[in-house]
This record gives sequence, C-alpha cells and structure tokens, in this order.
Amino acid sequence: MEPVNVSLESLNLVTLSPMLIPIVGALLILVIDTLKGGLDKTMYVVLSMLFIILDLGALFNSSSVFSTAGTMMGVFDVMLIDGLAILSQFIIVGASLLFIPLALTSKRFHEFSYPEFFALFLFMISGFQFMVATDNLILIFVGLETASLALYTIIAMHNRDKSFEAAIKYFTMGALAAGFYSFGSMVFYALTGSVEINQIATVLAANDYADIGYVLVGTVFLLASLGFKVSLIPFHTWTPDVYEGASAAMAGYMSIVPKIAGFIVTMRLFEFLIHSHVVWLEYVLYAIVVLTMTAANMWALVQTDVKRMLAYSSISHAGFVMAAVMIGTTQSNSALFLYWILFSFTNLGSFSMLWISRQKSLPDHQDSDHSYNKFAGMINTAPVAAVIMSIFMLSLAGVPPFALFWGKLYMISSAISAGYTVLALIMALNSAIAGYYYLKLIVYMLMKEPVKGMSPTIYSSNATLSLKTVIGIATVGTIFAFIAINPLLEFITTFVYNSGY
Amino acid sequence: MVDHILSILIFFPLVAALFGFIINKDSIRAYGVAVSAIEFAIALWLWFAFDGVTSGMQFMESIPLIPSFGINYTLGVDGISIFIIILSTFVTLIGIASLGEIKNIKNMIITLLILQMTMSGVFAALDAIVFYVFWELSLVPMLYIIGAWGGPKRIYASIKFFLYTFTGSLVMLVGMLFMAYFYNQATGQWSFAILDWYRLILPENFQLWLFAAFFIGFAIKVPMFPFHTWLPYAHGQAPTIGSVILAAILLKMGTYAFIRFSLPLFPDASVFFMYPIAVLAIIMVIYTAMVAYAQKDIKQVIAYSSVSHMGIIILGTFALNVEGISGSVFLMLGHGVVAGALFFLVGVIYDRRHTKTMSEFGGLAHSMPRYATIFGIMMMASVGMPLTINFVGEFLSLLGFFKQSQILTLLAGVGIIVGAIYMLSSFKKLFYGEITNEANRNLPDINKRELFALIPLTIIAIWLGIYPKPVLEPINNSVESIVQLMHDKAQTPEAKSRIPSPLKELTIPTSSIEEAH
Repeated sequence: MEPVNVSLESLNLVTLSPMLIPIVGALLILVIDTLKGGLDKTMYVVLSMLFIILDLGALFNSSSVFSTAGTMMGVFDVMLIDGLAILSQFIIVGASLLFIPLALTSKRFHEFSYPEFFALFLFMISGFQFMVATDNLILIFVGLETASLALYTIIAMHNRDKSFEAAIKYFTMGALAAGFYSFGSMVFYALTGSVEINQIATVLAANDYADIGYVLVGTVFLLASLGFKVSLIPFHTWTPDVYEGASAAMAGYMSIVPKIAGFIVTMRLFEFLIHSHVVWLEYVLYAIVVLTMTAANMWALVQTDVKRMLAYSSISHAGFVMAAVMIGTTQSNSALFLYWILFSFTNLGSFSMLWISRQKSLPDHQDSDHSYNKFAGMINTAPVAAVIMSIFMLSLAGVPPFALFWGKLYMISSAISAGYTVLALIMALNSAIAGYYYLKLIVYMLMKEPVKGMSPTIYSSNATLSLKTVIGIATVGTIFAFIAINPLLEFITTFVYNSGY
Repeated sequence: MVDHILSILIFFPLVAALFGFIINKDSIRAYGVAVSAIEFAIALWLWFAFDGVTSGMQFMESIPLIPSFGINYTLGVDGISIFIIILSTFVTLIGIASLGEIKNIKNMIITLLILQMTMSGVFAALDAIVFYVFWELSLVPMLYIIGAWGGPKRIYASIKFFLYTFTGSLVMLVGMLFMAYFYNQATGQWSFAILDWYRLILPENFQLWLFAAFFIGFAIKVPMFPFHTWLPYAHGQAPTIGSVILAAILLKMGTYAFIRFSLPLFPDASVFFMYPIAVLAIIMVIYTAMVAYAQKDIKQVIAYSSVSHMGIIILGTFALNVEGISGSVFLMLGHGVVAGALFFLVGVIYDRRHTKTMSEFGGLAHSMPRYATIFGIMMMASVGMPLTINFVGEFLSLLGFFKQSQILTLLAGVGIIVGAIYMLSSFKKLFYGEITNEANRNLPDINKRELFALIPLTIIAIWLGIYPKPVLEPINNSVESIVQLMHDKAQTPEAKSRIPSPLKELTIPTSSIEEAH
C-alpha cells in the first residue's frame, strides 16, 4: 500500500477558516463552562458575538480572494467557495450577529442560562456555512444535519409546552426530510457515480438524460427534502407550529438563516436540472411556487396570532424567492440574494418587536402570546413602537420606499425579463393579497381602542438597550434601504455572475 | 436654490413632520399652519419662477438612485403638473388652518404634512419608480386619516380604500417593469425615466397590453365606473379634512397619470381604447349623477358628484386633442377647488349638528345666511355655471370631445344637466323652505376659522372662471407638446387622423379660450 501523500498547500485550508471559527468558539464556550460554571449570559452572548465577528472577518477575506482569483476549491475539492457561498454566508453570519443579542432580554428565560445554548448556536452557524460552501451532496448533508440537530435542541430549550411540541414536530419532519435527501442523493450517485453536483450535471448531460425516469425520482426526493427545509407548500405544515412554539427571536432566525442555506442548495441542484429543459420539472416547480405564494397568503389571512401570521407570511415569501430559483437567470438569482438581505432586516425587526413585548404570563383577554388584540390601540400607549412596527409591516407588504419593495421590484422585473409574464402578475397580485393581513396588524395598532386592563408597559416589557439597538438597526435598514440598493446590487450581481449562475 | 426647489418642496413637509413629534400638542396647530404656509409660499415662488411660455419640463433635477437598474431620482414640472402642486399645498394649508377640534390633533397634523410630501412627490416625479414610490406612499397617511378619525365603519372603509388602490397599482407596477424591459431591449440600458420612455415607439399590440396594465392602476385611483365603489365608502367615513384632500388632490393623481403616462406612451392604444373609455366616462357621468340624486346623505351626494365630474375629466383627456386635454387639466384644478370647498361646507354643518342627513335640515338660509351664500356659489360652480371655474374646464373638455364624437358629447352634456338637477334639489332641501327642525333655528353661522378656508376658495372659483388665462396658457403650452408627441409617435392611420397635430391648428385653442370667457 502506498503512503498517502497530501501536501498542506493543496488542501487550501483557508477555505475552511470561516466555518472553523464558530466551531472553535463553541468548543471554547464549553471549555469555559467546565472550568468555571455559573457565568452570566451576557458574557456568553458577547463571546459568541466576537466569534461571529471573527467569522465575518474571515468571510471578507474569502470575498476579496474570490473577487481577484475566482472560485476556490479546497480540502480534496470538497469545499467550493464561489460567489453563492460567500454571499449566502454573509447573510447567515450577518443575521446571526444581529439575532444573538436578542438573548439579552430584561426578563429571564430558561434557555439563556445554559452556556450550551450558545455553543449550539455557534455549531449551527458552522453547519449552515458548510451546507452552502460545497457542492458535495454528502457534505451538504453533514452540514444540514449539524445545523438542524442544534436547532431542534435550541427550540426545545425554550421550555414551554408548545416548544417541546414544536421541537418534536420539527425533528420528526426533519428526520423524514433527511431520509428523503439521502435517498435522492443515492439515486443520483447510482446514476452518475458521483456525489458532486457539477459532476452529476456533466455526466447526465453527456448521456443526454437517458435515464430520465431515475433522474425524476431522485429530483422528487431532493425537492421534497429541500421543500421541507425552505417550507414550500405542501411540505410546510411544520412551519406555523414550530414558529409558534419557538421564542420569537428563534422564530425570526428560522425564517431567515436555514432558508437561505436551503435556497443555495436548491439553486445548485435545480439550476442545471431546469436548464436541462426537462419540461416536467419546470411545471412542477411552477405549480409549487404559485401554490406556495398563494395558499400561504390565504392561510395568513385567517390567523389570529401575529406570530403565526408571520409564519405563513414567511412561507409566502419563500415561494416568492423560490420563483427566482425557477426562473434561473443571473438577474433572478441576484434578485434572490437582494430580496433575502432586505427580508432579513425587515423580519429581524418584526420578530424583535414581538420579542420585546413577550409576557411571562397571559392576561385573560389574550389567548396566545401575540394575539392581534394585544396590539390594539398601541399608537396611544407606545406611539414610537407602533410606528416602527407599522413600518416593518408596510415593508413586508412591499410598500415603497421600504426595504422589501426593492426586492420585489427586482424580482418581478427578473420574471418579466425571463418571459414569465403570468408569473410576474401572480407575484404582484399576491403582494396585494398579502397587503391585507399586514394591514390588519396596522389597523389594530393605529385605529382600534386599547383593550381594557391592558398595561401600556407590555410593548417593551422585555426591552433592554441591546434589543432596542437591534430594532434600531433593523429600522434604519428598512427605511434607508434605497441608499444601499445600488452598491448591494452591483456586488451581488458580480458575485453571482462570476460563479456561473 | 431654484435648482432644487422641487426637492425642497417635497421634503420640507417631511422634515417638518418629523420635528413635529417634539412640539407640544397645544402648539401643534400653529406649527402646522406655519409649516404649510411656508410650503405654500415655496409653491408660489415656484409659480413665480416658472416660465409659462416654454412647454417642456422645468426645474429638472436628477440624482442617481439605483443607476445599475436605471432608477434615478428625477424631478421636474411643466404646465400640467405645476398648478396641481400649488393647489395641493394650498388645500393642505387651508385644511390645517380650518381643522376643527378633534382628538389626537398632533398625529393628524403630522400625517397631513407627510401626505403633503407624497402629493408634491407624485406630481413632480419624472421617474416611474419615484412616481410609484410617492403614489403608494400617499395611501398610508390617507389610510390612517380615514381609519383613525373616520365614522363608525371607518376601518372597513379605510381597508377597502387601501387594498383597492394597492392592487391596482401593483398591476401598474408590472406594466412599468415591462416598459423598462422593453426600453432595455431597445437600447440595451435600463431606464425608468419617463422622458426616456417618451422616445420609445412600441408595436401596437404591446401598447394595448401595457395600456391595460396602467389603466387598471389609474382607473381605480380616479375612480372610473366599475372600480368606483371604494370612493363613496371612503368619503362617507372620512373626516372632513380627509374628504377634502381625497377629492381635491388624491383623485387627480389618476387623471394626471393618464396624461403623463398613458397618452404619450401609448398613443395608438389610446386611440384604440378611446371609445370604450369614453363610454365608461359617460356612464360615470350619468349613472353616478342618478345615484347621487337618490342619496339621503349630503356628503354622499357630493362624493357621487365627484365621480361624475371625474367622468368629464376622463372624457376630456381621451378627446386626445389640445382643447380636450387642456380642458381636463383645468377641470382637475376646478374640481379640486370646488369639491374641496363643498366637502369643507359639509364639514361645517356636520360639526354643528353631527348629522349629514338632508332631511334633518331645511331652511338653513334663514339661520345661516353667509353659509348659504358660499354654499350657493360653490354649488353653482359645481354644476358648471358660466363665469365659474368649472365652466371653463367642462366646456373645453366637451369641445375637445365634440371633435371626436358628437353623440357621446351630447350624452355627456345631458349628464351635466342631470348633475345640475341633483345639486339644485339638494340645495333646496338644505336651505329653502321654513325651518322644520327646531335644532336648526339657532345654528351659529360660519366662524372666522371656517371663513379663512372658504373665502379664498370662493375667490379662486370665480377669478379663474372669469379670467382663466394665467393658468390656462401654461397648461395649453405643455399640452400642445404632449399632443404633438402623440401625433408624431402614432403609427396606425386611425391614430394619426384622430390625434391632430397642434402645429397646424394653433389658432383654435386660443379662440376656444375666448369662447370660454
């Protein structure tokens, strides 16, 4: 047997550095906990933030390398650092940086007293980073499961009845999705003898999709599993329950970070399949996209709890973004990133607003944590908070000049440029339907009289300076997005274009 | 400073509104009046600096916003938009000055100032996306005004108003994105600048689809006949100030947008759709006049009469010649003044009696003579009596359409007569006869604050009725250039013949102004 001889140079370990930083951070937190227990959560929060900032630094390094040297491969060509990987890691790490300070609440919550929470959080980040920075189906799977298992635990740690329900539900569905994923990957491996997406694409194209039946079987399984992750209808059933069970902070996090990771994998997988002109696949995706946008909107209309409404709204937004994957042009893929960055700010803000109004116990007139009537007449008692929340709702509805309008604008434009006229109209009309339920919250806040016995302090009962800062950042990002669109768009388009998407 | 006067005009109220949060609520009314007076002064200065002889855009400014996608913050005014901007600042000024005792007055004044920003923005925007931003943004303050200060069904009315318009404008947005895409196909560059789009000549079938997309957005805003159902609700529930601004300015956004977008961008489609739209407009005029006659609530009468007048504005716009379009622009101003004043007048009586049902009144001319006089003048203006502001606009609009179709013009004329019937009969119910209801006997007549709003409106209504030239001439110049552009761009022989080139018949518009006197 020959000795294995690998030079350190060829491993190109720098491609691994952004993922390794949170892992080191997580291990350090565990070590600190064993050495000296009982430290306050503030210490762990700040420590996590510092590691996330280091992670961001490593990402900036990768991105400058990418803009000069192009796509990097590393670690036996398993890692793939292209524009998509870098952009999506920016979203993942950036959103994590803004979400982790939400742990600094004024009320005590069970989960934040465990250092393991923060270790799991950092593991989760690195899991998502692995997921987007490779086109190896096995490493995607490893990243996906690392992240998901950490996330299930984090949700369960919230320590409410509904949280356990949510975690179990998410876990079961996630396990099913994992099974589908491995089965789908197996089919593709059997067909092409490779687990690398670009290899699979090359082999399939070389024999001109001779085994189309098997390709479709594999595609269906992968679509189902990724559909679970990004909550496309009909694989969405877990979403509202899990969002309701998780704390508002984690629900907001779940509406952004796992989904962008899922979209990147979807993009890598389906891009070549769509461009292979397998008509059947395009029809299925079209139907799923339209169904996801429309049906989720219908369900959101009838919700009585704001968090559940936001859960359905995030399903609808996922459908909107999935349209970009289906359209598959450079413009639409750039629109996906633009949309998701703007969506992150808005959703960060709206879920944080729910989070700061979180009560320990429910008064009689409220049947859930964030029922609509809790916000009735908020303009009289907490005018600034009501105006800020209204701005987030208007942004979600796509009212200009707030952030998400620009995302919708570019997304609909990309549909038009690619010839999907009907889809563009459906997207526009869905935004109009969605307007109704966002407006419903605004109506409650600005136009109704407050419920009797409602104490005006609840709207910011959980607030601390850190939480207010996060909301401030989200508000500024939502209102002044129009200044940042141009540089952002140019940056994104270059990166997406140079990665060949 | 004149280079950026439009930006100042747009953003001064916004800045003032934000500072308004600091002001104590006892002093906010004076603050609001001061700010809106400054805003009106800036608008008057704009008029002073405006060159009425040139037809093109003036005070243009442009700042790149998203240059890689062709979106620039481009502003400019011509004779068509400048007077609506001045009117909007004026209506806001008198609206704030005459605001009655209402709850949360601070929120109201801040909202009105933000609304003022969006109104100037819509009429000054020369970039489709900037236009769209202000167009959509104007919904939010109005939603709040109706929803927070309105009548018992205010929430239903405000949501209906918002969703109706929002849906229409999203379809319009798709149309705008298509325009930009076609522009990109033709030139290789993205652009949302309206003046760039003017240079684009589209095949007729594309024009038809795009015209339809824009039409849905504009027609809901106007509101045109099948889409008008939100308006009576909005007016019925809105507080006085809300109705005044809605009728005087916000509805004009739709008709203005027809002239700014639909006609010059799609001349062939405009000719193609001329008759269907004219028929819709005439249905608006006659049908809503009949509905107005059946109303028991005086505010609903005026709301329906608004729809009816908007029908004549649409008719004039789609006459597609200089007389018709100038007339419709002038009628927009006239209707803004007159309908605004009428809603003010209804507000006056509602403040005193807290009812708007006509059967509750009668013989008010005895107890409130000054009120009856002003109401009478405004009602005469509303039915289009000669020497009042609406006469000029209505006459020119109908004259314009007369050149396209005599029969339809005749029908529209009948509609105006029906309009006179219901207005006169409402006036009779309110003011003549003996005082039957004791509650009306000792009603106080108009007070100073209300006079401050109504006297200037009355003066304008008569002054521009007698001597419309200072306003009509700049409008005419700009409309001529738009009609010329349409004539040059028209491709089908039908469109070429329907849209006359104003250069050949330059004498006719001036003579029609003479007749209008």
